[in-house]
Amino acid sequence: METEAVRLLAGAIALLPLAGIGIGLGNIFASYNEAIGRNPGAADLLNKKFMFTFAVTEALGIFALLIAFYLVFA
Amino acid sequence: MHQFQIATLIPIEIGGVDLSFTNSSLWMLIGAIISIVGLTIASERKAMIPGRLQVGAESLYHFIEDLISDNVGGSAKQYFPLVFTLFVIVLIGNFLGMIPYSFTYTSHLAVTAGLALLVFFTVLIIGIARHGFHFFSLFVPPGVPMWLLWLVVLIEIVSFISRPITLSVRLFANMVAGHVLMKVIAGFAIMFASMGGIAWIGAILPVALNVVMVGFEFFIGFIQAYVFAVLTCIYLRDTMEIEH
Repeated sequence: METEAVRLLAGAIALLPLAGIGIGLGNIFASYNEAIGRNPGAADLLNKKFMFTFAVTEALGIFALLIAFYLVFA
Repeated sequence: MHQFQIATLIPIEIGGVDLSFTNSSLWMLIGAIISIVGLTIASERKAMIPGRLQVGAESLYHFIEDLISDNVGGSAKQYFPLVFTLFVIVLIGNFLGMIPYSFTYTSHLAVTAGLALLVFFTVLIIGIARHGFHFFSLFVPPGVPMWLLWLVVLIEIVSFISRPITLSVRLFANMVAGHVLMKVIAGFAIMFASMGGIAWIGAILPVALNVVMVGFEFFIGFIQAYVFAVLTCIYLRDTMEIEH
């Protein structure tokens, strides 16, 4: 294969982790909403924990995106 | 990309080491001045009925205070200056980067890695100074069966060493990816506009999306500063008490 084609393909493969991160974020949002629904009084505590877990999980998606950018453009 | 390029403003070279005053340094200086002057003015007049600025500064103080007492422990007020400074410098860096034609100093790995290594060595040095060699029992979690212990210790050591890497790359990658994404969406608008004829109407959609993205970037900037502070607190907890 040509180098250019392999480079673009590698960039696409580097984005595959987004599938797992999507499932993970879905789990976080689902359990957050369920917990708020069950116990609205705990919303303040849950907000902080939610923001933290959301940002840590979302950062993994950003890692994948960065590697894809690096493969395609650099 | 142009917005991530470092430009030398005042060239300084001492002993073959490049110590030039760059646009990154300039924006760091602006951030430091804003935080110092703003917080000084806010805490100068300690009014019984606080004004807007004083309320802002006080809520920022309480935010970090709660963060530390939640994550490190009630007796951890000694770490307040460190965590507060880290939070403010990351937050101001992320927010200043949202001004058009400015420079996001948190979008460079050198800056974030410097902050992360500061946290890493603070934990290591305070931990060893306070607990001595006993600090390394951190790597041996209690209640692990003997035959699995070598693997658990290995994993704990690797995760301890990779802390500064994940801490710095998370912040830097978030800032770079967010700004690049905004640029890509803005590129769509230019693409539509350059098609000619009636096609410029299509440019309304990416522009509207970019307005949303600016708000989202502010949110991400705050969240990343918060995560940086929380992780610093979680790492600092290792220096406080060792259970066994």
